[in-house]
Amino acid sequence: MTPLLQVKGIQKHYGARIGCTGVSFDLYPGEVMGIVGESGSGKSTLLNCLAGHLEPDAGQVVFDTRTDGPVDTVTMSEPERRMLGRTDWAFVHQHARDGLRMSVSAGGNIGERLMAVGDRHYGQIRDRAIDWLGRVEIDGARVDDRPTAFSGGMQQRLQIARNLVTGPRLVFMDEPTGGLDVSVQARLLDLLRGLVREMGLSAIIVTHDLAVVRLLADRLMVMKDGYVVEAGLTDQVLDDPQHAYTQLLVSSVLQV
Amino acid sequence: MIELKDVSKSFTLHNQGSAVIPVMEGASLKVAPGECVALTGASGAGKSTLMRVIYGNYLAASGQVLVGGLDVAQAEPREILALRRETLGYVSQFLRVVPRVPTLEVVAEPLLAIGCDRQVALDKAAALLARLNIPERLWSLSPTTFSGGEQQRVNIARGFAHDYPAMLLDEPTASLDAQNRETVLSLIEEAKARGAAIVGIFHDIGARNQVCDREINVSDFTPGVAA
Amino acid sequence: MNEYNFAYLDEQTKRMIRRAILKGLAVPGYQVPFASREMPMPYGWGTGGVQVSAATLTPDDTFKVIDQGADDTTNAVSIRKFFENTAGVETTEETEKATVIQTRHRIPEAKLTEDQILVYQVPIPEPLRFLEPRETETRKMHSLEEYGLMHVKLYEDISQHGAISTSYAYPVKVSGRYVMDPSPIPKFDNPKLEMDAIQLFGAGREQRIYAVPPHTKVVSLDFEDYPFEATKADHPCDLCGAEDSYLDEVIMDDAGNRMFVCSDTDFCRSRRAQGHEGRLSKEGAV
Repeated sequence: MTPLLQVKGIQKHYGARIGCTGVSFDLYPGEVMGIVGESGSGKSTLLNCLAGHLEPDAGQVVFDTRTDGPVDTVTMSEPERRMLGRTDWAFVHQHARDGLRMSVSAGGNIGERLMAVGDRHYGQIRDRAIDWLGRVEIDGARVDDRPTAFSGGMQQRLQIARNLVTGPRLVFMDEPTGGLDVSVQARLLDLLRGLVREMGLSAIIVTHDLAVVRLLADRLMVMKDGYVVEAGLTDQVLDDPQHAYTQLLVSSVLQV
Repeated sequence: MIELKDVSKSFTLHNQGSAVIPVMEGASLKVAPGECVALTGASGAGKSTLMRVIYGNYLAASGQVLVGGLDVAQAEPREILALRRETLGYVSQFLRVVPRVPTLEVVAEPLLAIGCDRQVALDKAAALLARLNIPERLWSLSPTTFSGGEQQRVNIARGFAHDYPAMLLDEPTASLDAQNRETVLSLIEEAKARGAAIVGIFHDIGARNQVCDREINVSDFTPGVAA
Repeated sequence: MNEYNFAYLDEQTKRMIRRAILKGLAVPGYQVPFASREMPMPYGWGTGGVQVSAATLTPDDTFKVIDQGADDTTNAVSIRKFFENTAGVETTEETEKATVIQTRHRIPEAKLTEDQILVYQVPIPEPLRFLEPRETETRKMHSLEEYGLMHVKLYEDISQHGAISTSYAYPVKVSGRYVMDPSPIPKFDNPKLEMDAIQLFGAGREQRIYAVPPHTKVVSLDFEDYPFEATKADHPCDLCGAEDSYLDEVIMDDAGNRMFVCSDTDFCRSRRAQGHEGRLSKEGAV
């Protein structure tokens, strides 16, 4: 089986400071990988390098495209990369406002990706938007409401619908449950897990919440000061951490 | 089916003066299809540790941990995930699930994960829950709110949903009443009959005698105190 | 008699603007940046159109200015006077006689010819502006042909009003490539954007010039199930009886009486001269 994503030696410096360095891994179809670490550990820098939002100083991010097979997305042309960003890739931001158009209705938000790839039938676009609202547990009657009228949890679910409507194969998520109430988080996690399995999605989830990765991620990468200090099966890394930092991280979690 | 060759395990506590605690040394065992082996030994001797090493939950320090031909000690995460999906089942003592997922789905999940038809999976899950006396009115609720005994039975139903060729059972009959205990023991017998290789921890001596073919005392693998 | 250089602007500036115009014609619909000059009138009064006209006019040209179709509004009169004074060109109110027509918010009803140039005053040249405020991002979207957002606007129209309610500045795709704001002309005029004359668009404050060469394909954006419609008030002109011209609604008294008249004053006048009559012609107010 060909990996969906092959990351080879990704490195990003901010001047003399290390953003992230020496990151390599393969992600296979259907796999969910978590990246954990404290603020400033380089996990968001890495995610942005992988998703094409930041240009890495060195390294390759090879994606198995539908048409041309594995292609290095770092060196591909910008139009191609942006096209990938609208079709096979999706990016769920921590703050829904960064990922939504707040002045556009829920239906328009979901429909944008469809229209971007050439859908020109209003009725069909709207039907798919309503269908997706249902899948993320938002009442279809709210299709014409703007996200500003939605709660934080609903906005986040709307953002997910907007991203998944084109049937992407790889989803990048940056702290998708950050800033949400615990009960809202649980609902979102459950939803994400269902969608990931239903659609056979691969995902890379950056978070500092170990409970999130335990529930969602098959694999885990632990980052500190720009380096990956430990990687492996999620439950193995959490239950039998090998690196000093991971042990500290795991033991720092409050037991409920 | 399950074979350990000279496996050792130690914990290094980096945040406590890098103390190295060896917990297992020279562990070797072999379990054939259709065989059920009980791990014995005093509390803290390393029964659960050994199970977790086999499951890939703990990382073996050295040696080989072969399950269905795959060396768990060296395998890639995705190989272990595939192994757990298709070959190696594990009934732990605790149920760990996503909140909100209905019990029926929780039990059917291992079948859905291997691409089983949804209705077939749900039917099998329902049959197992009925057999383990979980009232049908609870099936649509999340097991997170259930009593300890109910959670344990849901956990067992989930563990037996898919016919794994290899299984790890951690105290499957603990905290069960006589009737449910019998049901679990017959589930184990059935698994053996279809050729599953089973490693289990049974504090319940009666149960152990009934389903296990032999015992392995993990104290034999405990590192020498004054080594 | 006048101390200005011909058509007010100095020759260097006109050359700069002509280069932008030529580039615009070469890349239909593409917004060419240019160094817009201060003009002796405020922004919003057509400074972009005036600069394009200044760079386009020759002493032999006949110049016409319309504002919302009318030759006699303050704006139109001022600009016409401006070029009478600074260029000394002949001016006219008759569409057929003009060689350069500067317009605000309308396309004349009469079919324009290959010998004519239509110059539009443009307030906001960027059709994506209201959806994506970042200029860096809209430029990228143009260069990569990412126009999905344009349809989001039309989608919002339909979802809120049941139909595409955008009635002016209706976005078009030019020559199969660039999405363009045709300036705030009514969408009734959109089909006329495919014409024999040269069309030049000048935005003074925004410092952009763009163009549509003659015989260029100009398609109004729409949905398959909500196709583009060039709409107008469902009336004939009350003065000349024309049924195919764009109409202005005029409230006549406090009782709510109203009349509909051609917004293109020259078109209406010439029809009446030919003897056409409308509902209110007999009252002879105009």
